[in-house]
Amino acid sequence: MKILIKGGRVIDPESGVNAVLDLLVDEGKVARLGSGLSEDGAQPYDATGCLVLPGLVDLHAHLREPGEEYKEDIASGTAAAAAGGFTSLAVMPNTRPVVDNSSLVRSVLERVAQNGLVNVFPIGAISKGQKGEELTEMGDMKEAGIVAVSDDGKPVQSSELMRLALIYANQFGLPVFSHCEDLSLVNEGVMNYGYTSNRLGLRGIPAAAEEVQVARDLILAEATGAHLHLCHISTAGSVELVRRAKERAMAGGFRVTCEVTPHHLTLTDEAVANSQYDTDTKVNPPLRTEADLVALREALADGTIDAIATDHAPHHQDDKLVEYNYAAFGISGLETALAVIHDRLVRNGILDWLTLVQRMSLTPARIIGIDRGRLSQGAVADITIFDPALRWTVDSRQFRSKGRNTPFEGQELVGRVRTTFVSGRLVYSAG
Amino acid sequence: MGLNRKDILGLEEMSADEIRLILDTAASLKEIISRPIKKVPTLRGKTVITLFYEPSTRTRVSFELAGKYMSADTVNIATATSSVKKGETLLDTAKTIEVMGADMVIMRHPIGGAPHFMAQHLRASVVNAGDGMHEHPTQGLLDMFTIQEKKGRFEGLKICVVGDIFHSRVARSNIWGLTKLGAEVRVAGPATLIPPEIERMGARAYTDLAEALRGADVVNVLRLQLERQSKGLFPSVREYTRYWGVNRERLALAKPDALLMHPGPMNRGVEITSEIADGDQSCINEQVTNGVAVRMAILYLLLGGGEVA
Repeated sequence: MKILIKGGRVIDPESGVNAVLDLLVDEGKVARLGSGLSEDGAQPYDATGCLVLPGLVDLHAHLREPGEEYKEDIASGTAAAAAGGFTSLAVMPNTRPVVDNSSLVRSVLERVAQNGLVNVFPIGAISKGQKGEELTEMGDMKEAGIVAVSDDGKPVQSSELMRLALIYANQFGLPVFSHCEDLSLVNEGVMNYGYTSNRLGLRGIPAAAEEVQVARDLILAEATGAHLHLCHISTAGSVELVRRAKERAMAGGFRVTCEVTPHHLTLTDEAVANSQYDTDTKVNPPLRTEADLVALREALADGTIDAIATDHAPHHQDDKLVEYNYAAFGISGLETALAVIHDRLVRNGILDWLTLVQRMSLTPARIIGIDRGRLSQGAVADITIFDPALRWTVDSRQFRSKGRNTPFEGQELVGRVRTTFVSGRLVYSAG
Repeated sequence: MGLNRKDILGLEEMSADEIRLILDTAASLKEIISRPIKKVPTLRGKTVITLFYEPSTRTRVSFELAGKYMSADTVNIATATSSVKKGETLLDTAKTIEVMGADMVIMRHPIGGAPHFMAQHLRASVVNAGDGMHEHPTQGLLDMFTIQEKKGRFEGLKICVVGDIFHSRVARSNIWGLTKLGAEVRVAGPATLIPPEIERMGARAYTDLAEALRGADVVNVLRLQLERQSKGLFPSVREYTRYWGVNRERLALAKPDALLMHPGPMNRGVEITSEIADGDQSCINEQVTNGVAVRMAILYLLLGGGEVA
């Protein structure tokens, strides 16, 4: 089927296009781009006043299937993705069981083929059972379809295992996605360590808990010549470490990329106090300070941070409607990510549209080596149409995700996804 | 005039006027405790539940007596400390209490913010009787009441809180309450037990106890939780006592008429010597009596009682 998307502003960072153009979709691909296009038999789509973007690519989502379908499943998670403008998700392996072998990778992909609304790219575990002891069969999993390896949620404590993982993954061209946390420094913390945790009488997770492992992993990446991708960095110190490592990466023959979440770019630990201990503010890494937030924004704008990833971590209300220490870590982020970034970073000039699309679409696609994130002729027609003027209020009861755990509940945002296409097929339409 | 609030969760969010009102009300109610017949009908027909997720003797009994002296019906719920996760959720407990029709829940819990959670889900008043490392507002108020009774003012007083400040809800409530009424609060203890950015709360931190004690009007010694040693926060009780234990020589660095306080229960010979705990400057027992008076005031002000007979 042909679709003619007319009158929208097409943003394509790969070609640098940022102009009002018509876009013809045919057989799941971008067939033509131009002004005043017309096409017999094409279904017209009026995108006047909207932005036409290459579908967003999320490097970090938890879909909970298999094993924790009461929190989320592939159907609900990919529906949430479509509603948030995401057309591709790299999904973390910390399900039950952990995705640590090729048959589980295939099983996830089979379920996706049956129930998935958007593209799903599995990430395999670094260690068997994410126990941090023995490497997984990464080659076998790569053949089955993984795009990276990660022990996300169970940070690798052994430096030697991490070193081996980097070397081993690299021979198969797999990046290692590292969730950086020194657990002895985490020490049962539940929020950022600092003035606010002191005030609230909650145990704190110091910035050093992240930075110690960021430093370790950067040193190991340099020593092994591998591709290290740092998940959800959250502190000014991590930014500085990444910046320095990147200066050496080209000459040193290693590759470093990293991501940041929308919530770390827009909220601080004050949210825990202001919400009177609302457990929807409990997330790992924790919401940090204003100084961290400012450093993350600068690093995102200047390219030190490569990508925005949601760390979509849906939970059931039973996991959240409890005392702060007992609540699960995580934020359901797919359905608010783009609107939050637009409202809080684009509208006040911190990020321009081309950079935003680079960080949320093109660069994430390149990090995991998939042919997505571009809108030139011949590209796969994964397309997100965003209305930058639409005002709405976050109401988690309307979420497609089963996870209603959002710290943005009740907040007014400007800009919302109107329509999402995957390979030219409509997967989401607002209203 | 009453308190225009449903709950008392901490002194941080209370105004100086609210604190003064509670202290003044406690002063007028304290006399009831020394009557031969300790009973006024003020809170007849009101139901107060004490819900304790941590062991406590004096705080719970103090609240219970305060209720009984004012003719409220008091019911105690003691919950096992360690199996909270296995048992009923706090939300379900809140709902149960709600439908049973209690007027007030007095709650102690090992986690900061648990009373706030309760308060959000209950129409009844919630009084925080200690939540994790966060606050213990009625202890703070009874400490302040004791100081006011003895010193007649807060303005310009130097108050030294000694011990494990990091984990202490008593220290936090003391800092908020006392600084709001114009006192200078110093905290002293080993550097590993001083919380981050304590100055932003309005207190000055010292690791040298002598320096902190010099010229103090009040010395408030905190209980040392001995299990902190196994977590590596200090190397031994012996060394703790050597540097931060309060004894006669050290107390002499404070003003000659300095008050010595301790929220109890004491580790005699660890953070405080028996000699001074039982000495002339100690007002540790009076703190306990004053605790009942302060809690009577809180019950009275929150439950909106009529005239006190």
